[in-house]
Amino acid sequence: MSTGTVATFEDSLERLEVGWTHTSSGELSTVLREVCDDPAVGVELPYDGVELPPWVNTDPTPADLRAANVGITAAGIAIADYGSVVVQGTPDGVEPVSLFGDLHVAVLRKSDIVSGMPEAFEWLGEEFRTGHDSAIIATGPSATADMGALVKGAHGPKDVHVVILDE
Amino acid sequence: MSKAREAKAAKIRQLMETEGDAVNTSTSGFNEGRYQAVQTLDDYEGLKAEARAIKEDAIERLPDLLDQLRETIEENGGTMYIADDAADANRYIREVCEDKDAERVVKSKSMTSEEIEVNDELEAADVDVVETDLGEWVLQVADEAPSHIVAPAIHKSREAIADLFNETFEPDEPLQTAEELTMFARQQLGELIEGADVGMTGANFITADTGTMALVTSEGNARKTAVVPDTHVAVAGVEKVVPAVEDLQPFIELIGKSGTGQNITSYISLLTPPVESPTVDFDDPDTPITENETDRDFHLVLIDNGRLDMRDDEQLRETLYCIRCSACSNVCANFQHVGGHAFGGETYSGGIGTGWEAGVEGLDSAAEFNDLCTGCSRCTTACPVNIDIPWINTVVRDRVNRGEVSEVDWLVDGLTPDEEPGGVSLQKRFFGNFETAAKVGSTFAPVSNWVTQTSVSRNLMERFLGIDARRELPSFQRETLKDWFDARDSHVQNPTRTAVLYPDVYTNHVQVERGKAAVRTLEALGVDVVVPDVRSSGRAPLSQGMIATAEDHAHDVYAGLAEYIDEGRDIVVIEPSDLAMFDNEYEKFLSEKSFQRLSDSSFEVMEYVFGLLENGAPTDALESTDSEEVAYHSHCQQRTLGLEGYTEAVLADLGYDVATSDVECCGMAGSFGYKSEYYELSMDVGSELQGQFQTDETRNRTVVASGTSCLEQLDSLLRRPSRHPVELIAPRR
Ligand code: SF4
Repeated sequence: MSTGTVATFEDSLERLEVGWTHTSSGELSTVLREVCDDPAVGVELPYDGVELPPWVNTDPTPADLRAANVGITAAGIAIADYGSVVVQGTPDGVEPVSLFGDLHVAVLRKSDIVSGMPEAFEWLGEEFRTGHDSAIIATGPSATADMGALVKGAHGPKDVHVVILDE
Repeated sequence: MSKAREAKAAKIRQLMETEGDAVNTSTSGFNEGRYQAVQTLDDYEGLKAEARAIKEDAIERLPDLLDQLRETIEENGGTMYIADDAADANRYIREVCEDKDAERVVKSKSMTSEEIEVNDELEAADVDVVETDLGEWVLQVADEAPSHIVAPAIHKSREAIADLFNETFEPDEPLQTAEELTMFARQQLGELIEGADVGMTGANFITADTGTMALVTSEGNARKTAVVPDTHVAVAGVEKVVPAVEDLQPFIELIGKSGTGQNITSYISLLTPPVESPTVDFDDPDTPITENETDRDFHLVLIDNGRLDMRDDEQLRETLYCIRCSACSNVCANFQHVGGHAFGGETYSGGIGTGWEAGVEGLDSAAEFNDLCTGCSRCTTACPVNIDIPWINTVVRDRVNRGEVSEVDWLVDGLTPDEEPGGVSLQKRFFGNFETAAKVGSTFAPVSNWVTQTSVSRNLMERFLGIDARRELPSFQRETLKDWFDARDSHVQNPTRTAVLYPDVYTNHVQVERGKAAVRTLEALGVDVVVPDVRSSGRAPLSQGMIATAEDHAHDVYAGLAEYIDEGRDIVVIEPSDLAMFDNEYEKFLSEKSFQRLSDSSFEVMEYVFGLLENGAPTDALESTDSEEVAYHSHCQQRTLGLEGYTEAVLADLGYDVATSDVECCGMAGSFGYKSEYYELSMDVGSELQGQFQTDETRNRTVVASGTSCLEQLDSLLRRPSRHPVELIAPRR
C-alpha cells in the first residue's frame, strides 16, 4: 500500500459523497463522538488495543437495531479505485449492525486499503476458502432510482462514514 | 394493411405514447452512463474477453461444476436442488415453505423466479409473497409485468407511481416526491421483512469452489432478505455457476457499468449460506441478536428449464453466457422508444430476450416481437461477454420462419429464387430477395419507378407486402453502376494499388452516383479499379432470417471475388452493412481460411481513402474546401466496426468542418422502416437524428451519411438532400 492508494481511496470517497476521517487508535473515541448521533450500536473492533467507547451498544437486540441511528463496524479491507469497504459477516452481527442504522461508520486500518478489484478478490478468495463465509462490498449508501430520481437509503443506510486508523 | 400488421402497429403506437417517454429517459441515461463508466477501466476489452472466457469455460464444464457445487453446498450445511422445469422448482419451493409453516416470504432480485412464476404457486398455498425491490414492488402493487431486466418498472413515471400509491394505500398526506415515495416504501417493506419467515433471493453468480453466491444490488433489501429470516431460498438458473471466487472479479467490474452506467452498485453481497450472521427475530425484540438460536437453513434451487438443451444447441449456447446486465436493451434504439413490453416474451425482453425466450419458453414466445431487432449490431460491443446478439435473433427468426406454414406457399415457391422452406411470409420473401426486384427495377426504369409510385400499386404493395405507403420508394436507375463502368475508359497509369469496387445492390441499381464518385475518387488517387459482376452480400435475406439463402450468397460472393484477391486486388466496399457481412457473418458461412482472406482484403471506401492519403496519395486530387460545414451520420454497423473515424479524418483533412451525430441508430436499418407495422416506430427513432441535425449549429450543414438506409431515412426526416461522403470529395469530372 502506498500513499497513492490512500489518496485514490479518498478521491473515490469524495466522488461518492462519503465522508472520512483519519485518526489514531487513541483518538478514535473522540472522532466517533463527532460523527455519531445516539443511539449507536456497534460490533467490537478486531484491532489490538482498540475499543469502542462505552456509549456504543455492542450487544444490540432487534429493538435496538430498529432504533439505532448509527451502526459502527470494522471493514476487512477497502478498495481504493471504487471507494468500497468490505464488510464481513460475523457471528457477532457485523452485517445487521452495518445495515439497519441511517449511518454506517466503517473503521479500517490504513494498511488494509488495497488498490483495485483484482487485489480485493485475491484477498476474498483466500478468506472464503479459509473459513469466512460472507462479505459485502459496500460502495456508498444504499440507493435507488426506481421512484423517478436518485434517493439514498432505500432499505439500508442513507449515509456512510469511513474512519481510517493511521498506524 | 393486414389485420395482424394493423394490430401490431397499434400496439407499438400505444406503447410509444404511454411508456415511451419514461423508458426513453432511463434507458438513454443508462446507455450514456455506460459509455462514461467503461472509460474508467484501463483495459475494457481485456476485461470483457476475460469475462467471456470464464463463461465459455464454465458452460463447457457445467455438469462437473454442478457436481462440485453440490458437494460444497452440502459441506457448508445447505441443500442444493436442480429442478427440471418450472413446476418442479415451484413444488420444491412450496414444500420448503410448508415445512417451515411459513406465512410470509420476502423476495429480492430474482428474474428466475419470475420465469417460473413462483408467486402464483405460493399464493395458492396461502403463503403471502412480497417483492422487496422497490421497482418489483411497484409492479406487484400495480399488477403489471416487468419491462426491463434490471429496472423492471422504468416504464412508470414518478407521477404514475405516486398516483398508484396514493390510491392503494391512502396515506394521510398524499405522496409526491421520489424521496417521499422511497421512504414510504422503505417503511412498508421494512415491516414486512421484519415479520417474514422465509427470504428468497436470486443469485447473479455462484462459485463452485466455495458455494459463494454474488448478489448485485443497490438498495440493501437483498441483504435484509438474506439475513433477517432464518430460512433462505436462492433461486437461479444452472448457468450461473462459475468455478472460483476470483472468477467473480471481471463481472463485478463490468456488470454495473454495462447496465445502469454505475461504476459499481452499492452492494455486492458475497454470501456463503447458511451464513454466520445472527438472525434478527423481531418477534422477540428484547433478546440480544447474538443470543438468538441461529439455526439457519439454506436451499439453493437451480433451474434447468431448457438451459441444458440450450447448452447443446450450438446457436443458442451463447445465450447462457449472458449476465443479465441489460446493456443490449439500453443501447437498442427501438427499445429506447417502446420499451420491453413491446418486445414481447413471457419473462425476458429486449436484446438477448429472444434467445432466453426461445430456450426457456419456446419459439412461440420468442417469435412475437423478435422482428424488433433490426440487426444494427450496436449491442454486440455493449455486451460485456461479447455475445453476438443479432445473430441469435437471426437464428430464432430463421427457426420461426421454418416453423410456420403459410397458405400462399405454392404461389411464392415458384417465384422467388431463394433457398427457404415454405413458411416464410411474402413480406419477408420480398425483402429477402431484393436483389431480384432491383434487377427488374433497373431494367424497366424509369417505367418501373412510375408504376410503383401509382396509388394502385402502393395499395397493392401495402396489402400484400406490408410496405408502408407513406415511405418513399427507392428510385431505380436505368443505367446501373456496372453499365456505366463498362462503357467508359479507365486507365490509371502506373497504379499505386489495384482494387475491386464491390457493386452492392443499392449502389449498382439505386445510389449509382455514390458508386461513380467512389470510382473517380479511387482513380484520382492512383488506384486501378474494376467493377465485376458479383452477387449481393446476402444481407437482405439474412435480416429476414433466411439464413440458408444468405449462406448461398456468401459462397457466390466469395467465388466471385477470390480470383481478384489472388491477383492482389483490395476489395473496397461502400455499403457498411455489406462490409459487416464480410467481417462478421461470413465467418459462419465460409471456411475459416476463405473468411479470413475476404475479411482481411476488404475495406470500407473512406477507410481505404484514408489509407491511400496516409501513404502519400495526393490530397489535391480530391475536392477540398476551406470551410464547408458538414453534418455526418455514420452507420450503426460501421460504428460497431470502429470505422466512423476514417470518414471524419478524411473530411477534416480536406478542410471540411464535421459535426457527427451520436444517436445509436437512424431508425431505418434496412427493410425495417418500410414495413407498415414499424413505419411509425422507425420515424420516432429517427426523430432523434432529425433533432441533432436541426439545431442552430447544424441546420445549415451539408448532410452526409454512409449507409443506404440512413440516407433514405435522412431524406424523409430532413428537407435538405443527403449524400454519401465520397460524393463530396470525388473530383468533379
Ligand atoms: S446479452 Fe450481454 S448485454 Fe445483453 S443482458 Fe446479457 S450480458 Fe448484458
